[in-house]
Amino acid sequence: MIPPAAFVILAALLFILGIIAFFVKKDLLTQFMAVEVMLNAGNLAFLALAKALGKADGQMVVLFVITVAAAEAVIGLAIIVLVFRQRRSIRTDDLKDLRG
Amino acid sequence: MALVIFVILSVLCAGAVVAMIISRNQAHNALFLVLAFSSLGGIFGLLNAPFAAVVQVLVYAGAIMVLFLFAIMMFNLRQPAPPERKRLRAFLGTGLALILLAQLILAGRRALAGVGAAAASSGGDIAHLGRLLFSDYLYAFEITSLLILAALVGALALAGKKEGE
Repeated sequence: MIPPAAFVILAALLFILGIIAFFVKKDLLTQFMAVEVMLNAGNLAFLALAKALGKADGQMVVLFVITVAAAEAVIGLAIIVLVFRQRRSIRTDDLKDLRG
Repeated sequence: MALVIFVILSVLCAGAVVAMIISRNQAHNALFLVLAFSSLGGIFGLLNAPFAAVVQVLVYAGAIMVLFLFAIMMFNLRQPAPPERKRLRAFLGTGLALILLAQLILAGRRALAGVGAAAASSGGDIAHLGRLLFSDYLYAFEITSLLILAALVGALALAGKKEGE
């Protein structure tokens, strides 16, 4: 069978790929997608440990994470739509009002 | 056999995310993520979690990414994303991410150290999951409904068309 460590390493790999995508990309939408990748990596780690420990609680956490991620995607996209409507741009280089 | 499927699915998943990092087209990015999340659903199935696998494909690859595609359609960005000229940022981000990868693997090894090789897995039983959802996790489940309502109202308040404008 597949060792649980393989799943945990895949989860860590996916998480850092999400972080790299978040830092490399310059538009809000793709950065938001990178956040979703990181959430999924967390889900994978939860499921891997749930199987390794033989408990179902990890699966419950994954269900709640997916629900919260759906709500978060709705709010995040609404905010991005709002930013685009006011600025005509979703590039993070154009959004530098907070720079002193 | 399961190992072969695992390797195929994990290469698909990680490769799709890498392709998302390389590609500059946002619609292609969203489609790459659909591929990544679908193969991740397959991996969830390998982990003896069929319900999480189905929810992953339905909600993530289905609903959330379609929401992203609709948002991309609304933006209607004519110009493709600009080329990244600052290489320094990519290098710094990659270095930070590699350090974090090492830490995560160390932490994962420690988390798995005390685990027996073959723990009895009870996760595949959906009836058990349902009972757990409505007993131990009942409060969290009910509060989730409030959260979804708040997200619905919030999205309407933020991005809904104002009548006067």
